[in-house]
Amino acid sequence: MRWLVNLALSSIGAKVVMALTGLVLVAFLVGHMVGNLQVLGGQEPLNAYAAFLHSKPALLWVVRSGLILAAVLHIVSSVRLTWLNNAARPVAYAVKRPILSSFASRNMLVTGLVVFAFLVYHLLQFTWRLTNPAFSQLHDAQGRLDVYSMVVLSFSERLIAGAYVVALLLLGLHLWHAIGSTFQSLGLTTPKYRRLIDAVSLLVCAVLVVGNVSMPVAILMGLVQLPAGVIAP
Amino acid sequence: MKLTLRIWRQKNPRERGAFVTFPLADVSEHMSFLEMLDVLNESLIDKGQEPVAFDHDCREGICGACSLMINGYPHGPLPATTTCQLHMRHFKDGDVITVEPWRARAFPVLKDCVTDRSALDRIMQAGGFVSVRTGGTPDANALPIRKKEADLSMDAAACIGCGACVAACKNASAMLFVAAKVGQFAHLPQGQAERKERVRRMTGQMDKEGFGNCTNTYDCEGACPKQINRRFIAEMNRDFICAELTE
Amino acid sequence: MNLDAKIPSGPIQEKWDKHRFEMKLVNPANKRKFDVIVVGTGLAGASAAASLAELGYNVEAFCFNDSARRAHSIAAQGGINAAKNYPNDGDSIERLFYDTVKGGDFRAREANVYRLAQVSSAIIDQCVAQGVPFAREYGGLLDNRSFGGAQVSRTFYARGQTGQQLLLGAYGALMRQVGLGTVKMHVRTEMLDVVVVDGRARGIVVRDLTTGEIRSHAADAVVLATGGYANVFYLSTNAKACNVTAGERAYKRGAAFANPCFTPIHPTCIPRSGDYQSKLTLMSESLRNDGRGWVPKIRGDRRSPAQIPESERDYYLERKYPSYGNLAPRDISSRAAKEACDDGRGVGPGGYGVYLDFADAIGRLGQNVIAERYGNLFEMYERITGENPYQVPMRIYPAPHYAMGGLWVDYNLMSTIEGLHVLGEANFSDHGANRLGASALMQGLADGYFIIPYTIGHYFASNKLGKVKTDHAEFKRVEAEVRERIKRLTTANGKRTPDSFHRELGKIVWEKCGMARNEKGLKEALQQIPALREEFWKNLKLTGHSDDYNAVLEHAGRVADFLEFAELLCLDALMRTESCGGHFREESQMADGEAKRDDAGFSHATVWEYAGADKAPLLNKEPLTFETVKLAVRSYK
Repeated sequence: MRWLVNLALSSIGAKVVMALTGLVLVAFLVGHMVGNLQVLGGQEPLNAYAAFLHSKPALLWVVRSGLILAAVLHIVSSVRLTWLNNAARPVAYAVKRPILSSFASRNMLVTGLVVFAFLVYHLLQFTWRLTNPAFSQLHDAQGRLDVYSMVVLSFSERLIAGAYVVALLLLGLHLWHAIGSTFQSLGLTTPKYRRLIDAVSLLVCAVLVVGNVSMPVAILMGLVQLPAGVIAP
Repeated sequence: MKLTLRIWRQKNPRERGAFVTFPLADVSEHMSFLEMLDVLNESLIDKGQEPVAFDHDCREGICGACSLMINGYPHGPLPATTTCQLHMRHFKDGDVITVEPWRARAFPVLKDCVTDRSALDRIMQAGGFVSVRTGGTPDANALPIRKKEADLSMDAAACIGCGACVAACKNASAMLFVAAKVGQFAHLPQGQAERKERVRRMTGQMDKEGFGNCTNTYDCEGACPKQINRRFIAEMNRDFICAELTE
Repeated sequence: MNLDAKIPSGPIQEKWDKHRFEMKLVNPANKRKFDVIVVGTGLAGASAAASLAELGYNVEAFCFNDSARRAHSIAAQGGINAAKNYPNDGDSIERLFYDTVKGGDFRAREANVYRLAQVSSAIIDQCVAQGVPFAREYGGLLDNRSFGGAQVSRTFYARGQTGQQLLLGAYGALMRQVGLGTVKMHVRTEMLDVVVVDGRARGIVVRDLTTGEIRSHAADAVVLATGGYANVFYLSTNAKACNVTAGERAYKRGAAFANPCFTPIHPTCIPRSGDYQSKLTLMSESLRNDGRGWVPKIRGDRRSPAQIPESERDYYLERKYPSYGNLAPRDISSRAAKEACDDGRGVGPGGYGVYLDFADAIGRLGQNVIAERYGNLFEMYERITGENPYQVPMRIYPAPHYAMGGLWVDYNLMSTIEGLHVLGEANFSDHGANRLGASALMQGLADGYFIIPYTIGHYFASNKLGKVKTDHAEFKRVEAEVRERIKRLTTANGKRTPDSFHRELGKIVWEKCGMARNEKGLKEALQQIPALREEFWKNLKLTGHSDDYNAVLEHAGRVADFLEFAELLCLDALMRTESCGGHFREESQMADGEAKRDDAGFSHATVWEYAGADKAPLLNKEPLTFETVKLAVRSYK
């Protein structure tokens, strides 16, 4: 095990940790988005999906543990790397200009931190329902937690929907660099496939951003509405 | 043309430095950047002031001695060009030019714009070679090497060890330098015997020297006067992972 | 002075093998008891330091750059010769040997040159094993090209940076030894004197260029691999810091200096553009394989090259030397260019340039092939001049770039000071009066990899060397002298910078002792140089302190040595009234302007011995006897 820790602490190993944990998180994001897009299909599919997820608590917690571990490693490793990287240049340049680096690649920590803050808010809002405890009281006709109404009620508020859109755009920026970077860190980039990898990264980002943004936007635009009889708590 | 130079002056590694501004007139567009600094230095000596210290030697873009961060770009704004090969025709009359040393913990400033880049030598000592003794080697043509691989090896070997990659990197990482050195041998059959040890030892030394970590931003490639490709970093990552997982 | 070259007896083919057998060996267990100092880490120095350390000697290596990898060998572009005969075009050790002796205008020591040709193949094997990425053909085998003055393709190359790749190979070997702890490397450390104890070189005095500290290092033998002195001309293709200090200091301690006037001129350099010019940039003369040299036929023709029709162009090399054409040896093509310019037909600023035109080759082979062969050179040219040589012919002009002369050494590479060995360009070398293209790298590596490792062992095994430490009185005395000299430099309190003296010296030497020399000019130079030297010591202006990083002080010390050495250079040129190779005396030429050798009078190396300050140096001669080669007129027509 010691070699594994040493590996994770080496400069390339730390990047591998970032890449692998990032991949796990991206995979989760895709699954999360696909599941939640059922909100566009109405109350029944989304609530059924939510109930299904909670019907296997053991499995849910295995997945959750994996995600938590990945997120913790990703964050701890990135903070450590940033700290080391700042220490590697104790005196800053008076003038420093980017050459080939993208805005996204230079601001990974910032976008990452904003996304993390958003994640905390997101969990408080929908998982722990602490921002609006009344959400826990919402139930549909079958007595399941009414996730659908909860989502629609939340995103009907412009401020919240707007914050989500901004956070998702920053997440997109983060992922734009992150996905291509994953291939590079794992040593999978070659000049032959570089453009393909860049295109796939951009595509995945676009799908994730558009897919996720579509939900608050659809709700704000009134395309997705509260079911009859649900009143905002 | 007339220029205003803002140059970093620092007496020695211990004292703090600061920018000093020098006006300079009658700069010819055919001068190289270092010739322009020569002119400045001659005028400083005439005035009894210490000239600006900077590393330089071959002045034809191959020894890797010259450095300088010029207006925020290592070796100046022209791609694929060392400072000694940068000519003043790429600047305009009235320009203010900021000149700084490479900044990295692993490259301490010795004086003005002169830095100590011996960390790169120590990385080489850790494995930047094929371990052969003098003599007793097989005939040079005993080992055919695919032209494509030999060319790739040469692409990597073109690294002049100037440290611009470190200077350009927002993390002061030396990955492109190390990757070029590892890559030169990884593409040759001669380098295979020590391939795994080499990548582990050289990256290990790189970490010890206090360079930052690669975050795949690629300013290194953009700053490299020899245009070493980022592919060598990916290849080194792969080699390193394979070596760590199998050894 | 007793100049015993110690050339082994027997047929030339067997001399080196015989000598290797006859040389005494040091027991492997005893090698670690011997300390060797290697000064300089170019091809010769790095290869020697690495090879000696591999054998088990304790090595201390010194270079004044910030890394051993920056030595000026790195700038060699074109290639390295070896008698491999891979292309099956008739090359052999004999032919490389003969070409080298002939190319050097029969002013080199036969036995040395033969040995050089013999070990040339092993150098390529060695470098390939080290991972030097030489150019290859599609079949995977090594590619060769023909290079200035050779009628066979025997030149191995690595794109346009053969020197860098070979040096990185030697530097890698050296770094490996440093990592193993067998070599102690001192960077940013300049040798300022040799310490001779009881007639033997036992150490050096150096200055730490970062702290200014003066200190001594003792050893059982000293190896100088400190390069050449072409910067005596100020404008040369050498790196800015290249200097003659080590050679000049050793000369003053008793090492004889041979053939200083043999300074070759490189035909394909980028012409100077103004007074601020700090150095000249050489482009590989491999360019001459595909470029055609021409000047306008009409004097003072200021039209752009595209406007000059074919019929008004003088392809002067093809016209004068039909069989070699643009590949005529360096000195011949250089002088032809100078003649054209002196005739008022030069091109570019000041009229000091000739065209090297690739239009034909691009038409015949396509731009891709030309880009593949010379891409980096074309880029370099465009970067410096702002002109695109794919569209406009290059402008070139000859410039000093190498020094055949150097410290005299015997067959074992030992100077006239016992224990002081001299390798590579720093010795008076195997190139005679002119060096063939792609032979400098060969000689540097031959000396370092394959000669000194044997001969130094012989020196150790055949002499009883007691240990000498740096607290020996002689070390203290030399250190004091070095300090005194630095003090003189820093306290001159005059008005002129070291660079201004260097420029003035360079101008004198280039004009009076450059591509063409005559008695009147040389005598003038011999008046001007001492006068300038006198002014230097009175009117020098320095800044900063001696106990600090001080580039001005470094330069001043080097200029001081150039000022002394330049006199020897001109004196040698004056004494040698014949023309040979890179040394062209206007008084000694054929009716058609070709160099005229005087074999009866000058078939020898001139070997100068220091006689003391303010005394004329003593001239010794090492006769050159040619047992194998017949002296012939070097004709390239």
